[in-house]
Amino acid sequence: MAVIEIRDLTYSYPLTEQPALKHLNLQVEKGEFVAIVGPNGAGKSTLCYTIAGFVPHFFRGELQGTVRVAGKDTQESSLNQWVLNVGLVFQNPFNQISGAKVTVYEELAFGLENLGVPREEMVPRLEEVMQLTDIEDLADRSPYALSGGQQQRVALASILVMQPQVLVLDEPTSQLDPIGTREVFQVIKNMSASGMTVVMAEHKVEWVAAFADRVVALSEGETLLMGTPGEVLTDPELPKHGVNVSRYTRVARAATAQGLWPQERPLPVTLDEALEGFSRESA
Amino acid sequence: MRIEIQNLEFSYPSGVEALRGLSFTIMPGEKLAIVGQNGAGKTTLVKHFNGLLKPTNGWVLVGDWDTREHTVAKLASRVGYVYQNPDEQLFSRTVEQEVAVGPKNLGYAQERVQALVADALALTHLVDQRQTNPYDLSPTWRKMVAMASIIAMDTPVIIFDEPTTGQDANSVARIGEIVDVLNRQGKTVITITHDIDFAADHFERLIAMGQGIVLLDSPMLEGIAQEKILAATYVDPPQITRLGMRLGLPKIVKDTQAFLDTYRRTLSEDPPPNRA
Repeated sequence: MAVIEIRDLTYSYPLTEQPALKHLNLQVEKGEFVAIVGPNGAGKSTLCYTIAGFVPHFFRGELQGTVRVAGKDTQESSLNQWVLNVGLVFQNPFNQISGAKVTVYEELAFGLENLGVPREEMVPRLEEVMQLTDIEDLADRSPYALSGGQQQRVALASILVMQPQVLVLDEPTSQLDPIGTREVFQVIKNMSASGMTVVMAEHKVEWVAAFADRVVALSEGETLLMGTPGEVLTDPELPKHGVNVSRYTRVARAATAQGLWPQERPLPVTLDEALEGFSRESA
Repeated sequence: MRIEIQNLEFSYPSGVEALRGLSFTIMPGEKLAIVGQNGAGKTTLVKHFNGLLKPTNGWVLVGDWDTREHTVAKLASRVGYVYQNPDEQLFSRTVEQEVAVGPKNLGYAQERVQALVADALALTHLVDQRQTNPYDLSPTWRKMVAMASIIAMDTPVIIFDEPTTGQDANSVARIGEIVDVLNRQGKTVITITHDIDFAADHFERLIAMGQGIVLLDSPMLEGIAQEKILAATYVDPPQITRLGMRLGLPKIVKDTQAFLDTYRRTLSEDPPPNRA
């Protein structure tokens, strides 16, 4: 069953001439983990906002086509109803923090309070999510007195605790070190394995290749490519459109031209794939 | 301009010991990348260079100035600091006004301000956006405005805190070019970054920090091969370096060309020395 169904979506922000998204089609199944790649300005964030209902409900502007999430049409729903099904983790975690709470613990509880979740249910959910995102030691700190990486984990936790059917993340690991990045990808992968539908905008293509089920490459508001990570991320069209390409892909492509990578072998995106192709036995 | 750090310790009012005794010197015109896990103390360290933080113990000299004896406003003429989040430093109505704030505050003559602003806008590819409100730009370009506004202050030392965060391939290349140009002008360029590939591409010295101390301080090509030390502070070697090391290449490589040259040479060694 498709949880996200986008048909022929064209969207323009108010007072702009060029649409940010053009004739976009996307269906995402329950429990699927879809990554969106593309250069800055390609429409990744706008697509995240659209699935999360901020487009058009918060940003206004003109939306054509159909956007359905969890069986509801965005044009026929309010943002208040929408957020019950969909959670958005912002690109800049600072923008997501409510400003109404003085500790991380209270910040995490803010969404649940607004939904009227009873205290005895709230407490275990908060503890579970803090453990999952490795922020238990931050519970009593001010959400504003944190490093970028810590803030990013709090922003993720504050959405996960809502247990949305659909989780949308806009570059959720941009301020994390490599271990933190791996942990966050693993948490998100586990969420998707347990049935949560995930859409994530991300530049770090090696991580996308290792964790996502499917990849959508956007360029200038249009779908450039869609398919498995291996297909999309090694496509020779990507660099021409400014989409990030893994260094492993680039080195293998250069090696092919010099006869050091077998023509028939698919290009690698991850270290393990590159190692396999370059190890002496197969060369 | 030389920066000398001696037995530097710093504790936040909360009691968190962020820096636990650092000593090293940054020579004029160096290209230094500082890496390390979240919370390692990287940002705390560089905030001592422009006096935003003052040592709990030890001292920092910027040129001949002890940062304990000079204000942030004064140190701003020697050390420029580009914040990780551009929104923390932008407030003017147009890009051009924003970029002119720094050099004006330093009291430069009007012609010099104009020349510096023009150069900074050209270097950051913002010439066509000079009349735009910074907040009408995408986060990518706001970051460029933040950089331009510090570059225009023409300080001998410039610090970029996580410059490549959330940037695409083209933008990372532009930022790398800015680093190279500033360095060719003789400036000391320092970056804090999680992007070890960016560090290896554009910087010559590597310092890895962990839990408030320096774990590693070496020329880039030697530093990136110290996989164990880097792992202790959650940093992986650059991607191509890792590939070369896993394949057992005889030399440390960090870019495609060096990798392919070295790889080809190992293939042609026939039979491999250990089987001869």
